[in-house]
Amino acid sequence: MSNVSVDAKQPASDNQPENTNRRKFLTVATSVIGGIGAVGAAVPFVASWNPSAKAKAAGADVEVDISGIAPGQLIRVMWRSKPVWVVRRTPELLSSLEAHEDQLRDPNSENEQQPSFAQNRYRSLKDEYLVLVGICTHLGCSPQHLAEGAFAEYAEGVAEGFFCPCHGSKFDMAGRVFAGVPAPLNLVVPPYQYLDDNTLLIGSEA
Amino acid sequence: MKKLLLAIALLVPSLAFAAGSSHPLDKADYDLTDQASLQNGARIFMNYCLGCHQQQYQRYSRTFADLGIPTELGAEYLQFTGEKPTDYITTPMPQADAAVWFGAPPPDLTLVARVRGADWLYTYLRTFYVDDSKTFGVNNLVFPNVGMPHVLQELQGTPRISYEEAMVDGEMVERYVGIVADGNGELNAEEYDKAILDLVNYLEYTGEPSRLESEAIGKGVLIFIFIFFVFAYLLKKDYWRGIKK
Amino acid sequence: MNALLNWFEQRIPVMRVANMHAIQYPAPVNMNFWYVFGFLATIVLVNQIVTGVWLTMNFEPSAERAFASVEYIMREVDYGWLIRYMHSTGASAFFIVVYMHMFRGMIYGSYQKPRELLWVFGMLIYLALMAEAFMGYVLPWGQMSYWGAQVIVSLFSAIPVIGPDLVVWIQGDYVISGATLNRFFALHVIALPLVIVILVFLHIIALHEVGSNNPDGIAIKHKKGSLSEEEKTNYEIHEYYTSKYDIADDVVPFFPHIVLKDLVAFSIFLAGFAYVMFFAPEMGGKFLEHPNFEIANPLKTPAHIFPVWYFTPFYAILKAVPDKLFGVLTMFGAIGALFALPWLDRGNVRSWRYRSGLHKWNLIVFAIVFIFLGYLGGTPQENWKIIASQIATVMYFGFFGLLWIYSKNEKTKPVPTRIR
Repeated sequence: MSNVSVDAKQPASDNQPENTNRRKFLTVATSVIGGIGAVGAAVPFVASWNPSAKAKAAGADVEVDISGIAPGQLIRVMWRSKPVWVVRRTPELLSSLEAHEDQLRDPNSENEQQPSFAQNRYRSLKDEYLVLVGICTHLGCSPQHLAEGAFAEYAEGVAEGFFCPCHGSKFDMAGRVFAGVPAPLNLVVPPYQYLDDNTLLIGSEA
Repeated sequence: MKKLLLAIALLVPSLAFAAGSSHPLDKADYDLTDQASLQNGARIFMNYCLGCHQQQYQRYSRTFADLGIPTELGAEYLQFTGEKPTDYITTPMPQADAAVWFGAPPPDLTLVARVRGADWLYTYLRTFYVDDSKTFGVNNLVFPNVGMPHVLQELQGTPRISYEEAMVDGEMVERYVGIVADGNGELNAEEYDKAILDLVNYLEYTGEPSRLESEAIGKGVLIFIFIFFVFAYLLKKDYWRGIKK
Repeated sequence: MNALLNWFEQRIPVMRVANMHAIQYPAPVNMNFWYVFGFLATIVLVNQIVTGVWLTMNFEPSAERAFASVEYIMREVDYGWLIRYMHSTGASAFFIVVYMHMFRGMIYGSYQKPRELLWVFGMLIYLALMAEAFMGYVLPWGQMSYWGAQVIVSLFSAIPVIGPDLVVWIQGDYVISGATLNRFFALHVIALPLVIVILVFLHIIALHEVGSNNPDGIAIKHKKGSLSEEEKTNYEIHEYYTSKYDIADDVVPFFPHIVLKDLVAFSIFLAGFAYVMFFAPEMGGKFLEHPNFEIANPLKTPAHIFPVWYFTPFYAILKAVPDKLFGVLTMFGAIGALFALPWLDRGNVRSWRYRSGLHKWNLIVFAIVFIFLGYLGGTPQENWKIIASQIATVMYFGFFGLLWIYSKNEKTKPVPTRIR
């Protein structure tokens, strides 16, 4: 060991060749453990930004009783603060959906605006009932449902559809967007399932 | 003068005064990990207490999840108010009317265990006794002149204070022994005490649902800090080796 | 990497500041356990700010929603309970750390010349901290929040002439109400934290300008040219210090030596902090008072109103004086006496290690009296406590009076010139 006067010359923390590895190891180990601790300490702060129980409750699935919907009728429910339409389509309406496909931008629903079960002409789980999120895919207004020929003034030969008054976008009775309008995509079909023949559960698939 | 202010504040019509009793409290040996006890406590609360008291800060769904009760079962057997399991535990009794009927609205009980403590609640619920001079026919040793009826009387039976004669300092006095029920309740004394313990357990849970999670995480954190301490200490020692103070 | 640092260094002196204040700052080699509390206080300050910001994300500062929003944080926000407990434990931890920090200053004479301003900045931080903690406690809007605010704000009515109007002005209403809550929220969340951070900055600048004291109370910086090469330190100390002084071989560089020392202290502190936070956040009702889990009710006064433990010594002093105005003046005088410490102590030996036995006793008795006053202020009133708090108050001020008297011609031990 160096004597006192040598200590004064060379600070004791330097010049410890036999301990350099130990020092490096301890430095690395302490830093790594400290780093893990810092990440661990960050977890509650990051996690607290997740949707709270209140948000999750408000965003929960919505049960809809569809037994009272007349053929051709549209009802509106709220799901996650968004309007969701449930329309009971007539057989004539369903068969008319093929005729105007040349006027549509995405007739085969190739863009992912719907769950896989709705990637078909009728864009629904069962043909009869159409479930759509009633928000125009352009800039978010809620389109109007025009029936009994009122839609024909906007789309020739198409009796019924959804017309958005904000910028004139048009969608057919499967929620598919027409070509030549500002909206780029078909209306969104939310995930949903049938709890039984009279009850829809909007928000999750089976 | 500050005492004067306090005195004035105290004289302002207080609808409910903090109970000033020095009745000794029994120890409530509750166990938050005992889910059967918690479930029983929840059942008692929903069936007997919810009529007047609410737990407006606690959701049914949280209670079901933490107590190991499947949501459908819980919604069917334990939920009597609200529409969805995610609703808060509210009471059907209108609070304004309750204030008139009882003198003060029955307090919310979500946090009562943190305000009063488990021992207080456990003793309070077991020291009601028949007192014909009171509106509801009962009084309470822990909370004298309480405005609450003895809702659990059908479980406990008619409770009476029992005294015994004893010689104290050369004088014959009536010494308090305990509360004895008439035996007309659904539960005997031991079962009643257990039921109350379950109820207190449940109230302790609703006061702080995060308690068990907190202690579980805490163990891990303390072990981690200890490991860090060891390395930090060795590193510090290494740099300070040979440096005399 | 070096090129990047140089780019910055030419535009803003990051390396120079880091070297001057955190790396090549000369620290006395004999700094002991009493010297960790400044660092810990800074850590706790950061904790309070970060957890405070996060709580503000979900707290609703209205009389109608405050209490419910705290329970929302506790139950419904992921890890909200943990963030809340970090904040409440941190508040008490802050005062434990600060009281230890202040006591260190007293026993080692760190308030003496040339550190009087350092001490004054520290006392200002303490004042701001007390105001910050008081307002913070009102925010959950529990029974103790409301009634504690009621009692403390009403103290201002003791001021002659303007008192009662002042109280209404502070409250923003004729009683403590949502208006009071809202303004306390604004002050607690941004105004006072800003003041505290600025004061802490000034406190550290003032410290580094005169240099740290040490348990022997002797200088580590000597007149330029007065030390031989052998006596000077071999460590790399910043030229801001070495150009003005000869730095003796009694120092270690702040980095890594003191940083590592502080890291060890930090891990021990963290263990205690974590234990309280995860297993006993209420601390038997001392850190989170039981009545505060009941929503504020203007019609129902709690049986016992106490401030949180860190205010209880001053609360006891307030209650000890039977007159309202004089009680308030005495209470503020108790804090004022601390401000005046650098000038009340007329001695020039700093550390109690080299001062008279009387001084040692004086300090120890002061600490005991302070803790005893805390006990008196935090427990229900009893008859004997009235006299006891009056005696204790006299003894509290007695510390300062005695110090002023004996410090002029005190019998001190010879003070070494060097630490080692």
